[in-house]
Amino acid sequence: MTDVAAPIRRKRVLPGFTLSLGTTLLYLTLIILIPVLALVLKGAEIGPERFLRIITSPRTLAALKITVTAAAVATLFNALYGLLMAWVLVRYEFPGKRLLDALMDIPFALPTAVAGLALTALFSANGWFGSVLESAGISVVYTIWGIIIAMTFTSIPFVVRTVQPVLEDLDPTLEQAAVTLGARPWTIFTRIVFPAILPAFLAGSTIAFARSLGEFGAVVFIAGNKPNETEIASLLAFIRLEEYDYAGAAAIALVLLIMALTLLLISNLIQIWSARHREPR
Amino acid sequence: MSIIVQNMTKRFGRTEVLRGIDLTIESGELVALLGPSGSGKTTLLKIIAGLEWPDAGRLQVEGADWLQLAAQDRRIGFVFQHYALFPHMTVRDNIAFGLTVRPRAERPGKAVIDAKVDELLEFLQIAPLGERYPLQLSGGQRQRVALGRALAIQPTVLLLDEPFGALDAAVRRDLRQWLRGVHDATGSTTIFVTHDQEEAFELADRVVVMGEGRIEQIGHADQIVDHPASPFVARFMGATIELPVTLTAGRAEGEGLDLSHLPRRALPDGPATLFLRPADVTPVPTANGRWRICRLTSTGSLLRVDLDEGGTPGFSVDLPRRAPQARALTVGTRVNLAPEAGALFSTVAERSSPARGDTTQPLKEHSA
Repeated sequence: MTDVAAPIRRKRVLPGFTLSLGTTLLYLTLIILIPVLALVLKGAEIGPERFLRIITSPRTLAALKITVTAAAVATLFNALYGLLMAWVLVRYEFPGKRLLDALMDIPFALPTAVAGLALTALFSANGWFGSVLESAGISVVYTIWGIIIAMTFTSIPFVVRTVQPVLEDLDPTLEQAAVTLGARPWTIFTRIVFPAILPAFLAGSTIAFARSLGEFGAVVFIAGNKPNETEIASLLAFIRLEEYDYAGAAAIALVLLIMALTLLLISNLIQIWSARHREPR
Repeated sequence: MSIIVQNMTKRFGRTEVLRGIDLTIESGELVALLGPSGSGKTTLLKIIAGLEWPDAGRLQVEGADWLQLAAQDRRIGFVFQHYALFPHMTVRDNIAFGLTVRPRAERPGKAVIDAKVDELLEFLQIAPLGERYPLQLSGGQRQRVALGRALAIQPTVLLLDEPFGALDAAVRRDLRQWLRGVHDATGSTTIFVTHDQEEAFELADRVVVMGEGRIEQIGHADQIVDHPASPFVARFMGATIELPVTLTAGRAEGEGLDLSHLPRRALPDGPATLFLRPADVTPVPTANGRWRICRLTSTGSLLRVDLDEGGTPGFSVDLPRRAPQARALTVGTRVNLAPEAGALFSTVAERSSPARGDTTQPLKEHSA
């Protein structure tokens, strides 16, 4: 008999923590962290002065402006439409609901180039929509509207798919309670339902915006890509790369990256703020 | 506010949830709807609240036809089993909600609302919790907030759906007393749904026992326990022992049973079923008694006596552990039974009502 007790080793309930976390971190580092870091380093190599000169050149500024404007309009549209769509898919029963639900994912599944081609065919001057719009004096193809439509198409599912599950899980007795307290439908939506789905809604909108900022495949077909008019930032970066102007490409890409990261940060802050009531005292 | 429910029916798909409910509730009364799950009690409550609509029937409150009135216009206070507090609002905002959503013309000023909320927080004994969020409260505190939110609109009728169902036993007892106090202080007409008999009897002026979409019986504890209106009520009130007996001139007789304590019943001669609560039965040691004690279990205050009959497991009866009769009981003792009280129903197809207790067509006894 020995009096020396063996040291107690705490056992984790789930085995393989070290291995699985290690694999995850390695993967994340190789696939995401290193490329992003390389981009930042490449941008840093340029030096602040040259960097500023590149991104303030008229052509770059125009491209960034067009990209952000189009992405903002596309996101605004998709935020409203996505909210409505999620509402319809969750709250009502109708024939073909499952089909509609499945259709939502097409923009995710479809190669963006295919989407771009299809949209161009539809909206060109002799396409189905284009011919009608053209006769009304609106041209879509080769204008910023084309860019907006392409971005809208490819980012539709983000808001729908983030809001939908939250709306599904929303406790129906909350709305019943509000009804018994005398609240009208619109009040119930603005004061009970919307606050509950706000974090998901913001998250979805932010991802949709970030995605639109970087959309390339669908846009280049429909935009016409006229410098200073319908040339988006990621295309300009691509052109710079083709010209072996690595610094120019990296500078533009870095600006896009910073914008996307800032958006994610803001969205996360809003989400933390709107989840403040979940913190225990 | 008096509430009159007439001939109300409701079905969900093929399931009949309410099969013709008639119920009158007086102004200022505290009434419990008691029944097992699926008896339709919550559906009835939700129809009164305007959260569900019946297929047929009438609902009149103080002479007004409430089926013509949207839930928003009924001014009821509804308390949900799981509180249904708005998670993103503080306790204060939750309580004030019903006042702040009123149309601008009827909405009280901010100072008035604040004063009202203060008053309610004080009344509900949760004054220090005003700035907290619901998820930061215990279950009992949440239910107080939920009641405060319902009371803030000065409801004409207060409806509670299993209000204490999600709470632990001690808090439940505590809140029960407190709810009775709230009811007496506000003078509102109150209906609450529960499946807990003790809760219903302790709290309510009258208890409405529901089963499978019908009202089985209305009364207070002693009436319902001593004179159940149907086998359903007898079983629901804890009469787990069912024994076949024979009725002759209103007297019941059965092998191994001393039924001299039971009063004479106005039931036709023939086969009948005796419903007994385990606590109402005393085992009497008898040579060649019908039952044999196969196990004795003590809970400290009660002695549970498990009986078998000719080797087949039977039922158990309870008696106070310190009762004189308990001393003579040991495993293996043969006993007969002497019920202190019990309910008798002629053996008929139970669910084929309307003639429930009074028999029309006796069926075969269900044991040899």
